[in-house]
Amino acid sequence: MDKTRRLGWLIALPMLMLASLAQADWGQLNMTEGVTSISRQVYDLHMYITWICVIIAVPVFGAMFFSMFMHRKSLGAQPASFHENTRLEIAWTLIPTLILIAIGWPATKVLIDMYEAGEPDVNIEVRGYQWKWQYTYLADNPAEEVQFMSSLLTSQDEIYNRTSKGEFYLLDVDNPLVVPINKRIRFLVTSSDVIHSWWVPAFAVKKDAIPGFVHEAWTIIDEPGIYRGQCAELCGKDHGFMPVVVRAVEQSEYDAWLSEQQSAARAASEASGKVWTMDELMAKGEEVYNRNCGMCHMPNGTGMPPAFPSLINSPLIQGDVAGHADIVINGKAGTAMQAFGAQLNPAELAAVITYERNAWGNNRGDMIQPSEVMEMMSAGQ
Amino acid sequence: MSAVIHEHTHDDHHHGPDKGLLRWVFTTNHKDIGSLYLWLSFSMFMLGGAFALVIRSELFVPGLQLVDPNFFNQMTTLHGLVMVFGAVMPAFVGLANWLVPMMIGAPDMALPRMNNYSFWILPFAFALLASTLLMDGGAPNFGWTFYAPLSTEYAPPSVTYFIFAVHLMGISSIMGAINVIVTILNLRAPGMTMMKMPLFVWTWLITAFLLIAVMPVLAGVVTMMLMDIHFGTSFFNAGGGGDPVLFQHVFWFFGHPEVYIMILPAFGVVSAIIPAFARKRLFGYDSMVYATASIAFLSFIVWAHHMFTVGIPIAGELYFMWATMLIAIPTGVKVFNWVATMWQGSMTFETPMLFAIAFVILFTIGGFSGLMLAITPADFQYHDTYFVVAHFHYVLVPGSVFSIMAAVYYWLPKWTGYMYDEALGKAHFWLSFIGVNLTFFPMHFSGLAGMPRRIPDYALQFADYNMLSSVGSYLFGFSQLIFLFLIIKCIRGGEKATAQVWEGAEGLEWTVPSPAPYHTFSTPPEVK
Repeated sequence: MDKTRRLGWLIALPMLMLASLAQADWGQLNMTEGVTSISRQVYDLHMYITWICVIIAVPVFGAMFFSMFMHRKSLGAQPASFHENTRLEIAWTLIPTLILIAIGWPATKVLIDMYEAGEPDVNIEVRGYQWKWQYTYLADNPAEEVQFMSSLLTSQDEIYNRTSKGEFYLLDVDNPLVVPINKRIRFLVTSSDVIHSWWVPAFAVKKDAIPGFVHEAWTIIDEPGIYRGQCAELCGKDHGFMPVVVRAVEQSEYDAWLSEQQSAARAASEASGKVWTMDELMAKGEEVYNRNCGMCHMPNGTGMPPAFPSLINSPLIQGDVAGHADIVINGKAGTAMQAFGAQLNPAELAAVITYERNAWGNNRGDMIQPSEVMEMMSAGQ
Repeated sequence: MSAVIHEHTHDDHHHGPDKGLLRWVFTTNHKDIGSLYLWLSFSMFMLGGAFALVIRSELFVPGLQLVDPNFFNQMTTLHGLVMVFGAVMPAFVGLANWLVPMMIGAPDMALPRMNNYSFWILPFAFALLASTLLMDGGAPNFGWTFYAPLSTEYAPPSVTYFIFAVHLMGISSIMGAINVIVTILNLRAPGMTMMKMPLFVWTWLITAFLLIAVMPVLAGVVTMMLMDIHFGTSFFNAGGGGDPVLFQHVFWFFGHPEVYIMILPAFGVVSAIIPAFARKRLFGYDSMVYATASIAFLSFIVWAHHMFTVGIPIAGELYFMWATMLIAIPTGVKVFNWVATMWQGSMTFETPMLFAIAFVILFTIGGFSGLMLAITPADFQYHDTYFVVAHFHYVLVPGSVFSIMAAVYYWLPKWTGYMYDEALGKAHFWLSFIGVNLTFFPMHFSGLAGMPRRIPDYALQFADYNMLSSVGSYLFGFSQLIFLFLIIKCIRGGEKATAQVWEGAEGLEWTVPSPAPYHTFSTPPEVK
C-alpha cells in the first residue's frame, strides 16, 4: 500500500465513524438532564468534560494512528534518534494542568451550589431497610406525621419470566414518595440495617443511607411527573429490587394527598383499638406477610435455610405467642431478621403474627390482638 | 544501555533443576518460582473468568434465569477477589521473579527461601477462599469491597474463612515485596546505577513499597471485622458506637494504592515493549521514573474519591476532587512519552506490540472516564453505576491484563527457547481486543442511562447493552483458550529463538541464551 492510499484511509475511517455516530439513536445513551436546576448543571458539566476528553483524545490518538500508519518498518521508515526535550516535556505538563483547572473550576462552582441548602419547605426522612424504603413526613406535631413503607411492586412471576414484563419492570413501587414541585424538599437519609444509597437520577441526588448517620440532601423539582431510581449501594440479596419512585405534583394536589394520608393514619390507629376476628386477622395477615416477609421466608413459609429459616412448625411457631411476637417486633440481633415494630402498625403486626401461626398447616389456633401488640411495644420502651 | 557480559556457562550438573514434582515444591530458583506464579495466575484468571461468565449469563436478558440473587452476589464478590488477588497481582510477581534478576544482572532473588514461602502460601489462600462456595450459607456475598456492616453483622458464616484467606494473601504479598526491594537495592550488577535500571525494575521497586505500605492496612481492616464478628467489638457497628464509614476510609486507604499496584508494573512492561518494536529509544526515561513516583505518592492522598456519596463535608469533597485530578498530569506524561517514542520510529507489529499499543489506547480511555469520575458533582450521577464498572474494567482488563499478555508474548521465547506461533498470537490479540471492547464499552452507556452495579436483574431499557456485553464477554473469555494452547505449544517446541529474539530489544536479559539457563549471571556482568 502506498503512502497516499494510507493517508486516504486515515481520513476516511474517522469520517465513516462520525457518520455512523450521527445516525445512531441517542435515546437512553446519555445521562439524564433531569428536572432540577442542579441536575441540569450536572448534565452540562458532564457534557463539558466529555467533550474535553474527546478534544484531548483526537490529537493523542491521531498522533498514534498517524505514526502507526506512516512510521512502519515495512514502509522503509528509519528510526529517528531524538529523545528528551525539556521544552516539550514542560509543555505537556503545563497544558494538562491548565485543562484541569478549566474542568475543576466549574465543577467547584456546581458543588458549592449543591451544598448551599436553604430553608426547607418539606422535610422527609428517608430510611433504608433490607430491601425497601421508609418515608416519614416530619411535622412539628407528631400526630401529623405521615409514615409509610415503599417496596417493589413488580411480581415474582414477572421476575421469574412466568409472565410478560410490565413497562416499569423493577422500577415500580406500591407507595411512591409524593412531593410538591417548586418547593425546597430536604431529605434526611439514614438506614436501619446495612448501607443503602438513595438515588433519583432526575434530581442528581444520590446519598448513602448509613446506619448511625443522618445525611442531608435537597432538591427543588421544576416539573410534575413520576421519577424513578434505584438503590445504588450493594445491600444484600435483593439490592436490585428496591427501587425509588417519586411522584412530583402541584402544591394543591400534594396538600390533598397529605391530609388524606393523615386521616388514614388516624383510622389505622383507631383500628388497633378494636377487637379483630380470626378471619379478619388471617386475611390482613396474608397481605402483610406477602409484602414484608415473603421475600426471605418465601410465600409458602419454607424460607431459605440457613440464612432465612423455615416457619413451618419451627420452634418459634411451637413456642408461645408472646415469644413469637417479640421476634417479629424487635427482630433478632446478629441475623437478617429486622425489628418490624418500626415498620408496621399494631394491626398489621397482630395480623401477620396470627397468620404465621395458622397458615401452611401450622394450625396453632391461637391469635394475638392489636391491643396486645401495642401493650408489648409500650412495655418494651 | 550497553552491557559488556562476561558470561560463564556452568555445565556442573548439580546446578540444574531437581527431577520430579518435588522440584516445584522445594524450588528456590527465581525462574521456577516465576513460572509457578504465572501458572497460578493463569488458572485464577480462568476461575475468575468463569465467575464473570456466570454473571454475564444471568444478565444476558432481563429476569432471573440461572442463579438466585444471593448466588449472583457471591459471584460478583469472588470474581473481584480472585481477579485482583489471584490473577493480576500474582502475574506481576511472576514477571518480577523471572525478569528482575535477569534485568539487573543478579543470580537470583535476594531471599530465595522466602520467595518459595510467599508463593506456596497462595494456593492455600485461594483454596480457602474457593471452599466457601461449598459452605452452609454460601460464599462471601458482599462485593470485593466488603463494606461493613453488610460484611460483618449481616455476613454469611464463611466470612471468617474469607478474612483468613485475605490475611494469607497479604502475608504473601508483603514477603514478595520485601524480596523485590532487597533484590533491587542490593544485587544490581556493577555499573547498574538506579537511573540505568530498566523501567520495569523501577516500576516494580515503587510498587513493592506501595505493597509494604498498604497490605498491613488491609490486614488491619479485616482484623477489625474479625473482632466485630467474633469478639464483641464495635469498630464498624453503629449500634455499639462504631462507625460504618470508618470501614470505607480504612479500606480505600488500602484500596486506592492497590489499584496502582496493579497498573505500575504494567507501565514498566509497556515502556520496555514499545521502544523495542519502534526501534527507537524511550522518549523520556527520567520523566517516566519521576511520573511513576508521583503517581505512587498521589495514590495515598486521594482515597475518599471512592466515597463522594457517603456524606463528606464540602471542604473534603473539594480536596479529594482536586487531588484526584492531579493524577491525570503524571499519567498524561506517561502516555505522551509512549506516543513520542512511537513517533518517527520504525515500527513492526508483532503480538507483544499489538497488546502494548492496545494498552496505551484503551488504558487512556479508562483514564478519561477516571477523570470524569473525579469530578464530584458528576460523580453523584456516575457513582455505583455501570459507568464505574466500565471505567475500572478498562484500566484493569485492556490495561493490566493486556500488559501481562504483552509481557508473556515478549519474553516467552526467552523463557522457553522457542518462538511462539505468531499467527495464533495475532488471532488471540484481535479476538481479545474486539471481545474486550464489546464487553465493556456498552457499559459506559448503561451506566449513564442509570443502571446500578451489582444487580442480578435490570429494567427493560438496559436490555440491549447487557446483551451486547454478554456476547462480548463470551468472545473475550473463550479467546483465552487460544492463549493457553499457544503457550503450551511454545513450551513443547517450535522455531528456535535466538538470544536476542527481537531486533530492537534491549537489556541484560537478551544477552543470555534462549531459553535462559537455570542459573544466569552467577558472575555479575559489567554494565557501562
